[in-house]
Amino acid sequence: MSLAAPKLPATRRRRLQMPVSVMIGLAVVVLMLAVALLAPWIAPTDPTNVASFDLMSAELPPAFMPDGDPAHWLGTDNQGRDLFSAILYGMRVSIAIGGGAVLVAASLGVVLGLLAGYFGGWVDIVIMRVGDVILSLPTILLALLVSGIARAVFPEAGTAQWAPVILIGAIAIHEWVQYARTVRAATMVEASKDYVRAARVIGLPPLHIMVRHILPNVMSPVMVIATINLAAAVLTEATLSFLGVGMPPTYPSLGTLIRIGNEFVFSGIWWIAVFPAVTLVVLVLAVNVVGDWLRDRFNPKLKGR
Amino acid sequence: MIASIGSRLGQAVLVMLAVTAIAFVMFRYVGDPVAMMSREDASPAEKAELRASLGLDRPAIVQYGEFLGRTLKGDLGISFRNQRPVVDLLAERLPATLELVIVATILSLAVGVPVGVYCALKPDGALTRAIQTISLVGISMPTFVTGIGLILIFAVTLRWLPSFGRGDVVQIGGWSTGFLTRSGWASLLLPSITLALYQLTLIMRLVRAEMIDVLSSDYIRFAKARGLPPRYINFRLALRNALMPVVTVTGLQIGSLIAFAIVTETVFQWPGMGLLFIQAVSFADVPVMAAYLLFVGFLFVVINMVVDLTYTLIDPRLRTRRA
Amino acid sequence: MKRGLMALAGALAILMTQSAGAQTLRWSAPGDAVSFDPNAQLDSFTQNIQLMVYDTLVRRNRKLEIEPGLATSWQIVEPTRWRFKLRPGVKFHDGEPFTADDIVATVMRTIDPDSRNKGNLATVVKAEKVDDLTVDIVLSGPYPLLLNDLTGIFVMSKSWLEKNNAMKPGNTSTGVTTFASTHANGTGPFKLESYAPDSKTVMTVNEGWWDKPEHNLKRIEFRPIKSDATRVAALLSGEIDMISSVPLQDVARVTGTQGFKVVEDPSLRLIFLGFNWKPELYADPGKKNPLLDVKVRQALWHAVDLDAIQKRIMRGKSRNTGTMVAPPVPGYLADIDKPLAYDTALSKKLLTEAGYPNGFKTGLSCTNDRYIADEQLCLAIAGMWTKAGIQVDVKTESKATYFPRQDRGELDVWMLGWATLPQMDGFSVLSGIFASRKDGYGGSNAGGMAIPALDDLARKTAVELDEGKRRAMMGEAFKIAKDQALFIPLHQQPLAWAMRSNVDMPQFPDEYVRPWFAKVN
Repeated sequence: MSLAAPKLPATRRRRLQMPVSVMIGLAVVVLMLAVALLAPWIAPTDPTNVASFDLMSAELPPAFMPDGDPAHWLGTDNQGRDLFSAILYGMRVSIAIGGGAVLVAASLGVVLGLLAGYFGGWVDIVIMRVGDVILSLPTILLALLVSGIARAVFPEAGTAQWAPVILIGAIAIHEWVQYARTVRAATMVEASKDYVRAARVIGLPPLHIMVRHILPNVMSPVMVIATINLAAAVLTEATLSFLGVGMPPTYPSLGTLIRIGNEFVFSGIWWIAVFPAVTLVVLVLAVNVVGDWLRDRFNPKLKGR
Repeated sequence: MIASIGSRLGQAVLVMLAVTAIAFVMFRYVGDPVAMMSREDASPAEKAELRASLGLDRPAIVQYGEFLGRTLKGDLGISFRNQRPVVDLLAERLPATLELVIVATILSLAVGVPVGVYCALKPDGALTRAIQTISLVGISMPTFVTGIGLILIFAVTLRWLPSFGRGDVVQIGGWSTGFLTRSGWASLLLPSITLALYQLTLIMRLVRAEMIDVLSSDYIRFAKARGLPPRYINFRLALRNALMPVVTVTGLQIGSLIAFAIVTETVFQWPGMGLLFIQAVSFADVPVMAAYLLFVGFLFVVINMVVDLTYTLIDPRLRTRRA
Repeated sequence: MKRGLMALAGALAILMTQSAGAQTLRWSAPGDAVSFDPNAQLDSFTQNIQLMVYDTLVRRNRKLEIEPGLATSWQIVEPTRWRFKLRPGVKFHDGEPFTADDIVATVMRTIDPDSRNKGNLATVVKAEKVDDLTVDIVLSGPYPLLLNDLTGIFVMSKSWLEKNNAMKPGNTSTGVTTFASTHANGTGPFKLESYAPDSKTVMTVNEGWWDKPEHNLKRIEFRPIKSDATRVAALLSGEIDMISSVPLQDVARVTGTQGFKVVEDPSLRLIFLGFNWKPELYADPGKKNPLLDVKVRQALWHAVDLDAIQKRIMRGKSRNTGTMVAPPVPGYLADIDKPLAYDTALSKKLLTEAGYPNGFKTGLSCTNDRYIADEQLCLAIAGMWTKAGIQVDVKTESKATYFPRQDRGELDVWMLGWATLPQMDGFSVLSGIFASRKDGYGGSNAGGMAIPALDDLARKTAVELDEGKRRAMMGEAFKIAKDQALFIPLHQQPLAWAMRSNVDMPQFPDEYVRPWFAKVN
C-alpha cells in the first residue's frame, strides 16, 4: 500500500488505508466469528443441555470475586449454567440469526430487484409497491408482529428448532426492500447500457444477461449494505429476544441472556446481564466499524452516512 | 401536477388498504381474547357464548369487511382489555408519545447538527475521529440497555431524575401535556435521551456527509475563490444546502421513532401508545393492536406524501420523472 | 429524623412539585385497573382497586373471615331465598342515601346477560326489595357459597347509574361503554378522584364512610409500573412509598437499603402441574400416554426437588405443598399436605415398574409472565426430570398465547396457579379443576381428566348446606387427588411487598391491597 500511495491524491489515499480502529474492529469480528463457530469445542459446558441446569450452583459470582468459583470464570446464571459457555453459545446464535437474516434478505432483495429493474412494467410495480407497504411499517414493529403471530398460529414457533427460522423471517421480511431498491436502480442503469442492449439483440436469455452481466456490477453496494445490516439485524434479534418473542431460554441468544439478566440488575447479581450486554455491544460495534469503513471504501457516494 | 398528486393519493390508499388487511388478518390469529376475558373457572359453554357474542366465530373475511367499514366511519372498536373505545385510548396516549418523540427529535437535531458540521469542517481532527467512533457506539447500543443504564445511574444511584412515568401533567382541552410542570420536564429527560441517541447519531453522520458533499461542490469553490468570509460560506451557503436532506430524513424517521418508542416506553413506563401496544400484545387485545398498526401505517403514508410533494414543488426536475 | 431529611432531599432533587405528604400513599403494582365498571371485567387486580371505592354486602375482615358490610345481618328464609338487613345511614360518595333499591340495581346489573362477571352470581335469579332497608336475594336452588360470592359484588348507586345512563353493564360485544367505566360512586372508604389508565389513579379519603377508619390516609396515588426493574427503581429513588409484588431477587437489596422494608407471606395462590389425559402425548405421538399410569405420575413427583426450588428460585419465601389448596381455604387437610419426597432412586424404580426403564418423552409448558419466577421454575423442573432420565421438551411462553393453548388441552404437562378467588373455598378447585368438562363444570380441566368419584363429589358439595359434611366431602376429593397423583402441587407463591419503613400496610394471602388498614407515619 505504501508503494502505491504517493501516486494517489490525498483523499483517495485515505480511503485505501485501513485505520487502526478498523483493524481492531476487523480483528474483533474475526475473533468473534471464530469463537462463535467453535463454541461447542471451546465452551466448558453445553448450556443448551437441560440436564446441565443445577439450581444448587446458581448465581455464582465471577471467578475474580470473593465467592467466585474458578470453574466458572464469568460466574453462573440463575439456572446454574456457566455464563461464559452461555455467552459463547449466545454469540453463536445471535450471529447465526443476524447473518441468516442478512443472507435471506439480500438474496431475496437481489433477485426481486433484478427482476423489477430488468423487466419493468407490472413486475416492477408489484414488487416495489409491496416494498412500499412493508417500508411503511418500522422494522421492529413488523418483526414484533411476525414473530408474535407465528407463535400464536404455530405452536412450535417458540422452540429452539423453529425460533431462529421465525426470527430470520421476521427480520428479513423488512430488510429485503433496501437491497431490492438498490439493485433495481443499478439494474436499470446497467440495462440501458450498450453492452446489455447488444446482448439482448443477439438473443441471449434474460437469466443469462442478469446473472452474467448485470449481477456482478451490482454486487458491491449489496455487500456494503449487507455488512451494515448485519449489525442492525443482530440488534433487532436482541431486542425481540429482550421483549420475549425471540430465542427461548433453553437455547439463548445474547438478547435472551440480557432479558433474563435484566430481572437481576438491582439485586446485585449484575453479571448475568452485564457480561452478555457488553459482548453484544462489542460485537455490534466491531461489525459497525468494519461496515462503516467498507461503505466509505467501496462507495464514496455514501461516505459517512 | 394534479395527476401526480392523484396518483400519490391512490398509492397511499392502496398502502393503507394493505396495512389494514395485514393488520386485521394477522391479528385475527394472535392469541385468543376469549381465554383472556373469561373467568378463571369459566365453563366451555360460557366461553363459546362469549366467542359468538364477540363475532369471533364468523369467517375472517366477513370480520375484516366489518372492521373496514367501521374504521372508515372512525370507529376502531372497543378494547378487549379496557372495555373502552380504542379511539379514546389512542387519543389519551397520543400526547405522551408525541411529546416524547418531538423532544427526542429536537434533542437529536440540536446536538447532531452542530457536531456534524464540526466533523465536516475538521475532517481530520482528533476530536472528529473520537466523535466518529463514539457515534458508532451510539448506534451499537440496544435501546433497552441504554435505558436501564440511565435509570441505574440517574434515578437509583444519583437520585437526580425520576425513573418512570410522565410526572405531573396539565390538561389543555383534550391534550395532556408534561411541558408545563417541572416534574413533567424532569420525567421527560431520561426517556427522550434514550430515544434520541440512535437518531442523533444518524443525523450527525448525515450532516457531516452532506456538508462534505456541498463543501466540495463548484459554487462553494467559487465562493471561496471570490474570497467570501469562511463563516458566510460554511453557515449561510453550505449548511443551508446540506440541511434539506437532513430535514427530510428527520421527518421520515419520525415513524420509526414512534415504533422504537415501544421499547423506550416499556422500560420507562411512559404512558404512551407504545406501552398501550405492548400491553395489547400480551392481552391479545385485537382492536388496540389493529388500531396502532393502522395509526403507524397512516403516519408513514402521510409523512411520505408530504415529503414527496414538497420535493415535487421545490425541485421541478422531479415533476417529469414522477409523472 | 435523618431518614425524613433524606427523603426530603430526595424529593427536592427529583423536583417533585408535590411533596410526599405524611398522609398520602403513593404505591405501584405491575398491573392497572382495566376499568372502573365492576361488571365489565373479571380481572382480580382491577377488582382489588375497585374495592377501595366500593363496599360489599358482606366483606372480609383482617383475618379474611366474612363479616357484615353493607348488610348488618342475614337469614335463610327458604333454601332459595336469603334475606339481608341493610345498614342504615350509609351514604354514597355523591351524598345519596344507600337503600334496598341500590342492592336490587346492583344484583340485576351483575346478572344482566351482558355482564362479564355474571358467573360470580351464577345461582342468583333476582333481588327483591322488601322495604327500604331489607332485601331478598332469590336463588335457583340451595347453594352454600352465596356469602362468599357476595364479597366480590360491588354495590353501586341506582340513582347515579340512572342519572349517568349506565344501567347496562359495559361490554365489548354489545359495544356498550358507560360513564361507570371511568368514574365510580360507591360507599367505600375512598373516593375516586381521577383515573388515567397505565399512568395514575388518585383517590381521596371518604370522610363520611360508615365504618370507623383504621387508616390515616388522606390520599392514595396509584401509579402502575409494568417493568419489575423500573418499579424497584421507583421505590428506591423515593418516588413511590410502596410496591406490591417486589421481585424476590430484589428483596435483599431493598431490605438492605436504609429506610425500606419488605413484608412477605405465603399467598393463597398455589402453583401446580397438571397432565394430559388423552391416549397419546403430543411430544410422542403414536405411543401410549405414559402419564395415564399413576406410577409414572408419582415418579415425576418424586423427581422434583422442591427444597432446591424453594431455597434457590423462591429464595426461601415460598411454602411447599402436598395438596391442592392453601391452609386458610375451607377443604384443606393438614395431614395430606406433605409433598412426595425428592428421591431419584425411587423415581427410577417407579418408572421401571411402569415399563419405562429408559424414561419417555414429554412436553412441559409454562407461562413466563404470569406467576412468580414461572419460567425459572419450569426450566429447573425440566432439568430435574432430564436428570431422572425423562426427555423433556420444555417451553415457556407469554400468558396471552399460553392460556388459550392450555384451555384447548394442547399441552402434555402444564403449569397453573389457583387461588380459589373470589370464593376462597375448596369448592372452586373441585368444580373448576377436578370435575370433568360437563354441565358447566371443569372449566380449567382441559387435559381431559375424568374421575367419576371426583365428578360426583363436585356435584354433591355444590348443594350441601351442612358445612361439616361439605368440608368432609371436599377433603375426600383432595385425598383422591393426592393418592392418585392427579396433579403435582408445587408451592404457595410468596407474596412480597416492599415499602418505606414509615408505611404500615398489612398483607393478605388473597394478594389484595387493603389501604383502609394502612398507616403512613
